[in-house]
Amino acid sequence: MKASAERRETLRYLLLLLPALVVLAVLFAYPLLGILTRSVYKAGYTLEFYRQIFRVPVYLQVLWGTFRVSALVTLFCLALGYPLAYALAACRPRTARLLTIIVILPFFTSIIVRTYAWMVLLGRNGIVNQYLVALGLTDKPLPLLYNQAGVVIGMSYVLLPYMVLTVYSVMRGIDPGLIRAAHSLGASRLQAFRRIFLPLSLPGIAGGTLLVFILSLGFFITPALMGGPGDVMIAMLIEREVEITLNWSFASALAVVLLALTLVGFAGYNRLVRLERVFEGRT
Amino acid sequence: MAKLVGPALGAGAEVRLHELTKTFGPVVAVREVSVTIAPGSFFTLLGPSGSGKTTTLMMVAGFAYPTSGEVFVDGKPMAALPPQKRDLGMVFQSYAVFPHLTVFDNVAFPLEIRKAPRLEILRRVGEALELVRLTGYERRLPRQLSGGEQQRVALARALVFQPRVLLMDEPLGALDKKLRAHMQLELKHIQQHLHVTVIYVTHDQEEALTMSDRVAVMQGGRIEQVGSPAELYDTPASRFVADFIGESNFLDGVAVSSEPDGRWRCRAPGGLELSGVAAVPLQPGQPITAAVRPEKLVQTEDAVALGPGANTCKGLVEEAIYLGDATRYRVGIGPDGAVTIKVPNRVGARPLATGAAVALAWSPDDTRLFPRDDA
Repeated sequence: MKASAERRETLRYLLLLLPALVVLAVLFAYPLLGILTRSVYKAGYTLEFYRQIFRVPVYLQVLWGTFRVSALVTLFCLALGYPLAYALAACRPRTARLLTIIVILPFFTSIIVRTYAWMVLLGRNGIVNQYLVALGLTDKPLPLLYNQAGVVIGMSYVLLPYMVLTVYSVMRGIDPGLIRAAHSLGASRLQAFRRIFLPLSLPGIAGGTLLVFILSLGFFITPALMGGPGDVMIAMLIEREVEITLNWSFASALAVVLLALTLVGFAGYNRLVRLERVFEGRT
Repeated sequence: MAKLVGPALGAGAEVRLHELTKTFGPVVAVREVSVTIAPGSFFTLLGPSGSGKTTTLMMVAGFAYPTSGEVFVDGKPMAALPPQKRDLGMVFQSYAVFPHLTVFDNVAFPLEIRKAPRLEILRRVGEALELVRLTGYERRLPRQLSGGEQQRVALARALVFQPRVLLMDEPLGALDKKLRAHMQLELKHIQQHLHVTVIYVTHDQEEALTMSDRVAVMQGGRIEQVGSPAELYDTPASRFVADFIGESNFLDGVAVSSEPDGRWRCRAPGGLELSGVAAVPLQPGQPITAAVRPEKLVQTEDAVALGPGANTCKGLVEEAIYLGDATRYRVGIGPDGAVTIKVPNRVGARPLATGAAVALAWSPDDTRLFPRDDA
């Protein structure tokens, strides 16, 4: 009697899950399977495309470059986003709400528009360089566009809100009473931060860096517009194979390699910070 | 940084609050609170929510800055010191146990901050955990502990660096009734064992009476009365205290004439005449409220011990509530007045039936007279 009631309950939850599962299966799992198949099939099964990736140095260089840029972007986002999230968590609820809206505001505009805006700002005669020269900080305009600096600046800007919001959501859950308790036990502000607040905000750091890093790996528009010839990222390579050379099988192989490396990275990261705890929302 | 200068046992500090005032904009949260707390005593700030008791405690702790006035610990002014330099232990209502640290690391925290040697940390944490009877829990994380156990970790952590004053903000508020009663006694024993000065905040008058050497009853940001639990119960200084501490019957009337020993003869509606002790000087004709505890009202045949001059009245039992150890009766007197009496259920006690006529008597010494502002 009780067991059957429990089974009905489980069934009800499964029913609720069904639409999402169907959408995922049709739009995600099935195409992924297609990519996997295509990467080893072109008029007969072959591993030629994978061999090509590992034989021609430029592909591995691009892969390596993609990971390096993503890591840099993640670091920048953390360095900028953590203090911002801290400020958000520290200020009054009303101010925090307003600031959160400001953080989200860029999402209301197309990423292409925002990327072009950065290009105007960072160009040789852009506002940033004009000010740098006028203030005497540099003799001649700095190369801020069409190179790695431009890519990192542009991507960090686009991805910063993801970091801020992820870290902030964890920080907001930290009981301010714990910091008071630390003070009452003799801890200075720095000690209370380092020994209590920082460890408790680690799940936010872990979640935010993971999110930003994974989003960075697949970034296309910003590096395409703001990078130079040497700043090709893997997504741009895939796009070229799909759109220009029409070598879909090779594009698929590249996508599979990117996915595999991401999963390996994810697994390593998981061992490092225990992501299941992050997703349970506790430390 | 705070230094590790744990004083020997038996060295609680004296805490003196001098005209402490705290305003938040136009709101006065605490108004000129002055009190001296004896070294090694258990002192409670008791009051309803919004009475200023927690704000007062926060000013002692250093988390709230007084608008005016000063806190002295052993004569040393505290205002200029941030909380981390005051060397006061504090236990919060929310426990505030660090969730990412084990029980051991939680309790070791204040010692590590003070850069105590490793061996000393081991020894002191062991002692503190033994004191709160949590030996063997060292490796556990807070989420593996019950609320009562977490609160004990918080207590051990607040005591381990041997502060001379321990501040407690409704520490037992979140515990269930049985556990709370148990922890009250345990806290009291620990306090007596360590001779630490405790300043305890609660809205629970029973808790305050059980644990405290002295209690300050607060209302509207002021201290209404400071005294031992017996003083507060037997000789409340205001109607508020008589109402807030324990239970009281209130009879409105008018002061008629003064008698020796600060007593006044009063008249109440329904032709009732009574004598009582004035809490403050009265004038003839002044409206008063007379307060008397339910257990001080006895049936006339039991009133021999009261002697002559006892207050008396007649009434009808309207309602009987059986409490186990006693029975509470509501007795109607006069046209629309009523008093509550509490009769212990001793061996051979005869319960009163609803509707029965009773004659009641009580001593003028157990009758407190307060001026009535609203009249």
